[in-house]
Amino acid sequence: AFFVFNQKGEVLISRLYRTDFKRSIADVFRIQVVSNSDVRSPIITLGSTSFFHVRVNNLYVVAVTKTNANAALVFEYCYRFISIAKSYFGKVDEESVKNNFTLIYELIDEINDFGYPQNSEIDTLKTYITTESIVSTAIAAEESSKITTQATGVTSWRRGDVKYKKNEAFVDVIETVNLSMSAKGTILRADVDGHIQMRAYLSGTPECKFGLNDKLVIDKNERGGISDAVELDDCRFHQCVRLNEFDSSRTISFIPPDGEFELMRYRSTSNVKLPLRIIPTVNEIGTSQVSYVVTVKASFSNKLSATSVVLRIPTPLNTTGVECKVASGKAKYVPAENVVVWKIPRIQGGQECTFTATADLTSTTVRQVWARPPIDVDFQVLMFTASGLIVRFLKVFEKSNYHSIKWVRYLTKASGTYQIRVSPRTDAHIMMSDPRLRSFEG
Amino acid sequence: MSIRAPRKGENYELSVDLNSEYRDKRKDAIKRVIASMTVGKDVSGLFPDVLKNMQTEDLEQKKLVYLYLMNYAKTQPELVILAVNTFVKDSEDPNPLVRALAIRTMGCLRAEKIIDYLCDPLQRSLKDENPYVRKTAALCVAKLYDLKPELVIDNGFLEQLHEMISDSNPMVVANTVAALTDIHTAATSNSTPAASGDPAIFVITSNILNKLLIALNECSEWGRVAILNALARYTAQDDKESEHICERVVPQFQHVNGSVVLAAVKVIMIHMRGVRREDLVKQLIRKMAPPLVTLLSSPPEVQWVALRNINLLLQKRSDLLSNEMRVFFCKYNDPLYVKVEKLDIMVRLASENNVDALLSELKEYASEVDVDFVRKSIKAIGQTAIKIDNAAERCVNVLLELIGTRVSYVVQEAVVVMKDIFRKYPSTYEGVIPTLCANLEELDEPEAKASLIWIIGEYADKIDNADELLGIYVDSFIEESYQVQLQTLTAVVKLFLKKPDSSQGVVQRVLTTATKDCDSPDVRDRAYIYWRLLSTDPGAAKAVVLAHRPPISIPRTTVSPALLEELLGEISSLASVYHKPAETFVGHGRVGADSVQRKGPDLSDDRFSAQKALQTVVAGQQAENLLDFDDAPAQDDRPSGLAATQILPSTPAAANFLSGTSANPLDDLVSIFGGMGTAGGGGGLAGNGLDGLASPSAALPPTTLAPSLSTSPVSVQKPQEDLLGLF
Repeated sequence: AFFVFNQKGEVLISRLYRTDFKRSIADVFRIQVVSNSDVRSPIITLGSTSFFHVRVNNLYVVAVTKTNANAALVFEYCYRFISIAKSYFGKVDEESVKNNFTLIYELIDEINDFGYPQNSEIDTLKTYITTESIVSTAIAAEESSKITTQATGVTSWRRGDVKYKKNEAFVDVIETVNLSMSAKGTILRADVDGHIQMRAYLSGTPECKFGLNDKLVIDKNERGGISDAVELDDCRFHQCVRLNEFDSSRTISFIPPDGEFELMRYRSTSNVKLPLRIIPTVNEIGTSQVSYVVTVKASFSNKLSATSVVLRIPTPLNTTGVECKVASGKAKYVPAENVVVWKIPRIQGGQECTFTATADLTSTTVRQVWARPPIDVDFQVLMFTASGLIVRFLKVFEKSNYHSIKWVRYLTKASGTYQIRVSPRTDAHIMMSDPRLRSFEG
Repeated sequence: MSIRAPRKGENYELSVDLNSEYRDKRKDAIKRVIASMTVGKDVSGLFPDVLKNMQTEDLEQKKLVYLYLMNYAKTQPELVILAVNTFVKDSEDPNPLVRALAIRTMGCLRAEKIIDYLCDPLQRSLKDENPYVRKTAALCVAKLYDLKPELVIDNGFLEQLHEMISDSNPMVVANTVAALTDIHTAATSNSTPAASGDPAIFVITSNILNKLLIALNECSEWGRVAILNALARYTAQDDKESEHICERVVPQFQHVNGSVVLAAVKVIMIHMRGVRREDLVKQLIRKMAPPLVTLLSSPPEVQWVALRNINLLLQKRSDLLSNEMRVFFCKYNDPLYVKVEKLDIMVRLASENNVDALLSELKEYASEVDVDFVRKSIKAIGQTAIKIDNAAERCVNVLLELIGTRVSYVVQEAVVVMKDIFRKYPSTYEGVIPTLCANLEELDEPEAKASLIWIIGEYADKIDNADELLGIYVDSFIEESYQVQLQTLTAVVKLFLKKPDSSQGVVQRVLTTATKDCDSPDVRDRAYIYWRLLSTDPGAAKAVVLAHRPPISIPRTTVSPALLEELLGEISSLASVYHKPAETFVGHGRVGADSVQRKGPDLSDDRFSAQKALQTVVAGQQAENLLDFDDAPAQDDRPSGLAATQILPSTPAAANFLSGTSANPLDDLVSIFGGMGTAGGGGGLAGNGLDGLASPSAALPPTTLAPSLSTSPVSVQKPQEDLLGLF
């Protein structure tokens, strides 16, 4: 069975597929999960009934089963449902679900039959499930038989009769940098989650070939001693890419869907170039004050610049006020979240910005435990890839042999994953910098 | 509700609108009906009115009416008959979308009366020229089977489905496979064991195999999962075929959908058993690692499923991710369930090369806020210490730092962990003891207290004020929990045996209190035994109480080997997430010992079933071993009752126990003490043992252990009674 609940546990959408459930199963979920503040697992099994839930905004997307179901498939399906809903009505929240519930039922029935996921390609779905009602006439019948062939065909993601005046293809390489750095500046973990987003506006059924850096190593263990090569630990492709060919000859060839899609996802952990370096110094002065000095260094070419840089610097829970001094950007203390938000609209490559602040603390009788969250940095750098990945070519072959224009953009960003840990220096912590423990970090 | 609906209220208004002459108004009314239906209001009274709107050109309206029908067909079976005509007509509509819709809905109606009308249209649809209709019809057969299996068999739908595996359209193939598998599981899970000639059984022949391998590369992501699942069930003829399957499936690792990747991992893990070429196995394992790591950048729920499965895979193939520990470092904003799982995997991956990084990471986690996570991190430090001998000292240093924070739950957990480290490395870190004892007053949890008391008892001869420290607990003996009482008792006796002159009073006091004022039979019994031992033969008492204990180790697997193999065959399913066989949570909710036994022989994939009985006993052994790990240490050296002596010296656990038995110089005492141990162990197994362990393997052992435990009390009863009779 499939449900959508709101925050209060009211059922917004319910669709039962098998005979073994009654609607009352929804109440069980409400009692066990929605009104339970301490839910520690996304799957809950009560008796022989398992509830899989995913939270999105103020909604619960829930799948229920009595069998030994494929858990990964269920969650992938829930997320697919969310992304389909997003592309149909912009955002997924209680209001949009309520306003579009008939459409959602139509969608659910199309993407899932008897508990088996069916076609979930947004582009194809949009051809026959629309927000306007379709009238089934004799003419429409021909059209829909075309649709159905597409929905089940070998290239279920593309219609055959696409035409454009101008044939264009846009390739966006978007990299998200994950970083966690210890307070002493040691990189604990740095890797890049990249994805290549493509917008293809190409006529006919074009055959595309895609080429990345010359010195690209895709399987770590195949490396033949090249040190400056870009190494991808793993990559995954949209279903249009012929996996067999990639496996045998490392070529990426495909017939693209029409419009926007994610061609490829990859991961890289070696030779990651960190665009921003953060050097924090945090000192606890007695029990009443904490002083901060945070320096941001942009370590990329000075022709480029980082934009929308936002640092979130955590403060202790008993902070009363923070006095900040910044040379560039704006810094503000947000008491509700216990952070100082420092926004810098633009940092040129090679530039350095510094933030100094003092936080005043109230004296509390019980010393509350401060989890010392890490400093979190969000930013975007255009035309820069942290992994060093470059798109070398994109070739388009089509029967009519038209000329096509291709565009490539690069973007490296971080949001919520670029973290630098803080350990305030106090007497208690001096013990922690035991030389034996440090030796491996050098 | 009365037969005639009242002439007012919401339903009445809706019914008026449903009969309106304007199309828009009618459609709007249907939408409102569906809305009320979704929130759970009863709108079944409107059935005839809604039904009138079924015949329409408007596809959206049709779908809405169908949705309504699906919901209420069960409660209004007579009225559904009225809809049959429209359905049958729709199933011949020129528009394939309408045809498919009609077939799909009819399958979902689930009303007995309509089923008979379903067969003809279904027959037609299975042969429809349009693949979209065919794939819908294929699933409809499964729906029908769920409702009335005879009908499917009589109409020859199964044969048709088998033919459809050769369909030119991959999506049809995928759905056909899904339907056949569904029918197969339904047929095999019935209480009556399905005969091998049952047509519902979906046997994959090598012919089908080839078709599936071809369709695999062409169908949609969900179809791939269905096909991969079917491939997992195939038994390869020889190693060539296994290799072939593996080679064809490996490219699926690159798929963007996590469930496809996990399904592919499953197929590979199963068919790799048949692969003989070592280099190919190595290559497969190597190719498996990166996609698994990539799953960690999926949404947290998928990540969690992946982590649980990685945990299983690591138990089978510890070399799988040996260089990848860093990717399992927890992010600050990971949900707790992901963090806990990562922690477990990190300990699994710990080796001498990465232990430093691991420790600094664990130390970091130990300063977070979530109490549960902090405790688990500290436990992980202890496990690391026990796993890697060379790192033990560094682990102890980290633990000392943590004790220095004086955060109550950190200190308590650290004390418990220190106890385990002392067990593994006796008399190595005695320098730590003063620090531990300094925190004596801060302990308020029974387990922490018991651990500290055990440590004091164990090193009573090296702690000058041991009698003072233990005296504190003797004074409050009655208020303590049984766990602490047992430990205090044993520790005081140890103290007495080591320093008899200074502790005469304490031991007298504790024995008197324990035998007179304590209401736990376990505590009383133990006190009586000690008393008797001490008064008759102090030498024997020494041999029993201060006996040498077998060193503890971290079990490499948390489930028995047979279960592990079974779970690896179910990767990405719920069973693999819970690390429990499916029977424990599917079906009637709980599983009895007899159903496990029944399940044993007729497991479909029963190449392991011969070993199975043996393995479960081993699992039981390991569970007991695990119990020792967390349980009161004084019981550790017990030769574990009957079970241990009978069973395979080949397993390390049993070997330990056996050597323990033979090392004991006083054979006649062994029987008494063994009996005592079993009784105590039995209590521990039922109570604190299980939750203290929280290990998934514990789910299986109780059922299998039950016989061995239930027999031992009989033989043990006697000496105990004799003993009691003496007093």
